[in-house]
Amino acid sequence: MALSRLSSRSNGIARPFSAAFNRFISTDTTPITIETSLPFTAHLCDPPSRSVESSSQELLDFFRTMALMRRMEIAADSLYKAKLIRGFCHLYDGQEAVAIGMEAAITKKDAIITAYRDHCIFLGRGGSLHEVFSELMGRQAGCSKGKGGSMHFYKKDSSFYGGHGIVGAQVPLGCGIAFAQKYNKEEAVTFALYGDGAANQGQLFEALNISALWDLPAILVCENNHYGMGTAEWRAAKSPSYYKRGDYVPGLKVDGMDAFAVKQACKFAKDHALEKGPIILEMDTYRYHGHSMSDPGSTYRTRDEISGVRQERDPIERIKKLVLSHDLATEKELKDMEKEIRKEVDDAIAKAKDCPMPEPSELFTNVYVKGFGTESFGPDRKEVKAALP
Amino acid sequence: MAALLGRSCRKLGFLSSGHGARRTVSTETGKSLNLYAAINQALHIALDSDPRSYVFGEDVGFGGVFRCTTGLAERFGKNRVFNTPLCEQGIVGFGIGLAAMGNRAIVEIQFADYIYPAFDQIVNEAAKFRYRSGNQFNCGGLTIRAPYGAVGHGGHYHSQSPEAFFCHVPGIKVVIPRSPREAKGLLLSCIRDPNPVVFFEPKWLYRQAVEEVPEHDYTIPLSEAEVIREGNDITLVGWGAQLTIMEQACLEAEKEGISCELIDLKTLLPWDKETVEASVKKTGRLLISHEAPITGGFGAEISATILERCFLKLEAPVSRVCGLDTPFPLVFEPFYMPTKNKILDAIKTTVNY
Repeated sequence: MALSRLSSRSNGIARPFSAAFNRFISTDTTPITIETSLPFTAHLCDPPSRSVESSSQELLDFFRTMALMRRMEIAADSLYKAKLIRGFCHLYDGQEAVAIGMEAAITKKDAIITAYRDHCIFLGRGGSLHEVFSELMGRQAGCSKGKGGSMHFYKKDSSFYGGHGIVGAQVPLGCGIAFAQKYNKEEAVTFALYGDGAANQGQLFEALNISALWDLPAILVCENNHYGMGTAEWRAAKSPSYYKRGDYVPGLKVDGMDAFAVKQACKFAKDHALEKGPIILEMDTYRYHGHSMSDPGSTYRTRDEISGVRQERDPIERIKKLVLSHDLATEKELKDMEKEIRKEVDDAIAKAKDCPMPEPSELFTNVYVKGFGTESFGPDRKEVKAALP
Repeated sequence: MAALLGRSCRKLGFLSSGHGARRTVSTETGKSLNLYAAINQALHIALDSDPRSYVFGEDVGFGGVFRCTTGLAERFGKNRVFNTPLCEQGIVGFGIGLAAMGNRAIVEIQFADYIYPAFDQIVNEAAKFRYRSGNQFNCGGLTIRAPYGAVGHGGHYHSQSPEAFFCHVPGIKVVIPRSPREAKGLLLSCIRDPNPVVFFEPKWLYRQAVEEVPEHDYTIPLSEAEVIREGNDITLVGWGAQLTIMEQACLEAEKEGISCELIDLKTLLPWDKETVEASVKKTGRLLISHEAPITGGFGAEISATILERCFLKLEAPVSRVCGLDTPFPLVFEPFYMPTKNKILDAIKTTVNY
């Protein structure tokens, strides 16, 4: 996770590390207890406590990483408008707390699988900005070698299984991963993320039934941002209580704009899944952008609603207030951090722009396993067996 | 990404004028419309003419992501034009049920790439309903509309051409229009056809193709191919958006003295074998082009059938210029697509065989 660097502060509170270099790395793990904004609503289980154990390091980490995610998404917005990113681009700004809180509660052995709004989850799993921007712009250095694009980010060494374009298709996959984890006695769980639109897909219920039947360590996380593309949740779902949709599977409704609530819920869910089987988490969250860059996001919701959420529930603002109220940094230091982040993002974009596109021969690679080959029929009907590496 | 020049001009105005075209639709003038407007008109007429017809799918209420259903909900009410949740299998199954009760269900699948959850319903239920019930029941009133095909930046899941999967299913019909005027007439025929139909709309042409479309209610017959350009040296067969590319290749070939006959298949299942056979018997050469990957694409069926019927008249092997055998790529789209130059090369090689 990113380490925050603060300039030395002059408010006189003794810190247990030297400020000799005029900045220090915050490794302060003195526990801080944070209360979540709302109590959890539970279905068929006892909700976890509202008091979340944290530390000043974690608080600052949260702020920095969420600010980085936010900056990255805004930069992707500009790149898309400049036509450097083509295809489709689904932005996550507003929902950062879900990615951050989840990461804080789990390890890299636990698997995450999500839909197409995956840039921030990838970053949370340890991906670098360079890989993100390269993949978005279709360059070789991208995490999927430029062949996947915005919707198909993967990171095998952090158990991040992507990045899926077809709505809902990732959930049965996630349950399959959970099955493998249980089979291999890995003591790890799988978080299968999906949206409120995907919650109406039949394959979800099939996967849920199997997971419950076989007690799989699968945690289904509904990132409920209240709009399935342009359709409000009450227009698409008879029961918008997605955490209850599992019926015989326990569920928890969480304030998805509060990173600590998310962390607590994911921790609770992991413990539950390892012991008792599947559980559903509903993250009540919100996206500021439209469904994708082709959607202005204002034809089906009012600007007042969007700015209202931004003012009252913004996840980064919440963390900022906590940081300031616990005296972990001053306003100026946070602003400096944000400036640093902006520069980091700009640098990553510049580096990605310099990166080459994949070789044309890559069109044929990885269709099948290496060596099985694929045939390209030339216009003169001579079969050209493409020489695959 | 850069090499989209081949597709930069898609105005189809010239297809309806001259070049020895033989047209089956009267060339009376109408309003100048693009593809989505023509389809919209067809839907308005369909709902107007039959009070038991319904349009539903994801986001159709406000007009749909491609504006094909604009104004329908306002005019005919939310009971006849309504949104469904995000569940393709459910949508098509629901449509089959509605159609089985004698209604016309006009179902929209938002992108052809998403039609696969509904594949079981289409293949196992819709196609076989009449057959297995001994004609007691049928879902002929079902029409499934889906935008298909490349659009320049669609990537893996907004560019696919799945027509070949459906052409393999006896019991349904597969129809693909090439232009606004054709789309309106063909869609009305599909809706009124007493068999379940899958209607693929070339999404590239939604805005790009502009044509004079008659304003009244007219239909274009299904299973009738049309020779849209006459020639003597080689027959080209295609459908949908690919025809514009083929037309460009034909024009270039003409400059080199090769006279090309271009046929729009329109209905892929059941397809008009007689028209293509007659043409190939005249020219002796056949070239088929489609965006879908070449292996197992519908071009293979056309090739095999023509071989059976015209073997002794063929001067050269049947040529297929199609998409490559890879998933539809993201940045590699210009390499993957069957471009004008690939078709031109194939025309020349076939003629000089």
